[in-house]
Amino acid sequence: MKNPYLPYPVRIDEVVTETEDKNLKTFKLVFMDPEAEKDFSYIPGQFAELSVAGKGEISIGIASSPTEKGFLKFTVNKVGLVTTHLHNMVEGEIMGIRGPLGNTYPWEDMEGKNVVIIGGGFAFTTLRSSIIYMLHPDNRPKFKDIIVVYGARSPGMLLYKEELAEWEQRDDLQMHITVDATDDPDWKYNVGFVPAITEQKITNAENAIAIVCGPPVMIRFTQPVLEKLGFPPERIILSLEMRMKCGIGICGRCNIGDKYVCKDGPVFSLAQLKNLPPEY
Amino acid sequence: MTTKVFTRQEWDRALKAVRESYKIFVPVKEGDFHNFRTMEEDTVPDFDFQNSRLSPKSIVYPQSERMFECLSDREDPEAGILKEAEKEYTPQAIVGIRPCDAHAFHIIKPNFDNPEYRDPWWIRRFESTVLVGLGCNEPCSTCFCTSVGGGPFHEEYLDVILYDMGDKFLAKGLTQKGEEFINKMTGGNPPEDAVLKEAEDLAASAAGKITSLVPTERLREKAVNDLFDAPFWEDVAFACINCGTCTYLCPTCWCFDIQDETWENHVDRIRNWDSCMFPLFTLEASGHNPRENKSQRVRQRFMHKLKYYVDKYEKGVQCTGCGRCVCYCPVNIDIRQVARLMDEYNAQ
Repeated sequence: MKNPYLPYPVRIDEVVTETEDKNLKTFKLVFMDPEAEKDFSYIPGQFAELSVAGKGEISIGIASSPTEKGFLKFTVNKVGLVTTHLHNMVEGEIMGIRGPLGNTYPWEDMEGKNVVIIGGGFAFTTLRSSIIYMLHPDNRPKFKDIIVVYGARSPGMLLYKEELAEWEQRDDLQMHITVDATDDPDWKYNVGFVPAITEQKITNAENAIAIVCGPPVMIRFTQPVLEKLGFPPERIILSLEMRMKCGIGICGRCNIGDKYVCKDGPVFSLAQLKNLPPEY
Repeated sequence: MTTKVFTRQEWDRALKAVRESYKIFVPVKEGDFHNFRTMEEDTVPDFDFQNSRLSPKSIVYPQSERMFECLSDREDPEAGILKEAEKEYTPQAIVGIRPCDAHAFHIIKPNFDNPEYRDPWWIRRFESTVLVGLGCNEPCSTCFCTSVGGGPFHEEYLDVILYDMGDKFLAKGLTQKGEEFINKMTGGNPPEDAVLKEAEDLAASAAGKITSLVPTERLREKAVNDLFDAPFWEDVAFACINCGTCTYLCPTCWCFDIQDETWENHVDRIRNWDSCMFPLFTLEASGHNPRENKSQRVRQRFMHKLKYYVDKYEKGVQCTGCGRCVCYCPVNIDIRQVARLMDEYNAQ
């Protein structure tokens, strides 16, 4: 019987500080056992439990794409016991990983549609995974227009800056980067909150599906914008967070009604959420 | 299936003898109440009890359990790589478990053993356990097993059922596991018809002694958000002090926490029972807490048992009617009343 609580050992291959406040770091992890890497077959939208022996585990969205082989990437905000310890770890150190966990973005429903991706702050991780995945030559023909709105508090708080700049140049992706405010005279992208920029840049909900990932306040104000544009609740897709331990729907803490965010989620449509207690 | 009748003396001897083949848990009187304990050479079992204070769920699912361990020396190439902690799964039997507490394992099972994930520790321990039930001659005034699919002599979830008939015990095998257990018990004789008739009467009279009737039939058809938004939750939770007693005593509460502990160069990953009554249960690192008020937590407990579980598994409520939470709640919150409120509620 496979033990679903046992982490696979991984080695930290690279650590990149993403943001100017140094609170967000991206960890590139490599499996120590090639068999484990084969077992860990994931799809964008899923998460994993990062394990540091002696400290505990944390649930983090997978930021790499399955089209990127040989490693996994996780962007971690320094906030609690495990994340603080993780931020002090360096290349070469051993930790653990459990997963992949949870459901995925609705890739089958997204095929043949325009895909609108709306992200805010450090919730952009599984959206990065999705963008890389969709832009892969094998996958790009499956989707129509891909439109991305991504915002952070300031230019220095944006994740994956090099990739953002590269995506800006592409013609198979419409990229709208925004910041809440900036005094940088050279800033060449948008200034404004994500809901406002969404309202300006997204003009049509026809044959489109929207994936929204960000802090609760951003989600709260983006939702009415999308509804006004004509997105039905079935085509507004959200990824939720909740305190988790087991990650496999057993330990009992991350429920919303009879669903567990870890196992039945983290991805839910707004239509699904409307039929569940608003307790998240 | 085998049925045997034992005199008291034969019974005591048989129990001692069967320890050769199983680790045996029996009810033991501790102060004013009973609990299940491992039967050692000098243990005196006492079957003259209504129900144990703590449910025997911990025999399959310990309150604290080591999951993994490793060393933390930096020089050690295996440092930081968690390995499974060694465990024993010797055959064991809970002798004297009440039918309601056996029912609880059946209720919990789909949580730990489902098509997507299997909890190896719970499953292996459950599989190595024989449930030797004892019918309830004198149910408590707070018992309501007959309202939730059970009964004082309900056999469905047991491997063996025992009838305490004063000067003798009747043991009836119900499953293959139970049959093997009875065959390992020395002594005893096939019962005469009069004894079987006496046992039947005992069971019938016990069922009549259950006076609490709790309605649960309409819970399934209610809209979840109607019950969630019902106006009675503040009142239900008003006196609650969030002590968590209900969740620890409940045979069907399964929630756990996972914590790492370090001692010198040794790391243990441990799981401990947890409780939805505690604010920490859902407190996120950001400070956000989806259930920060006690009324939200009390609502969660009752909604889980009486609505979410009902909807998810479609096999009734997550409650066996054992009545422990009713007896021992320090502020007299009563699941029977809450079930009635929910079952009878109609949203405006």
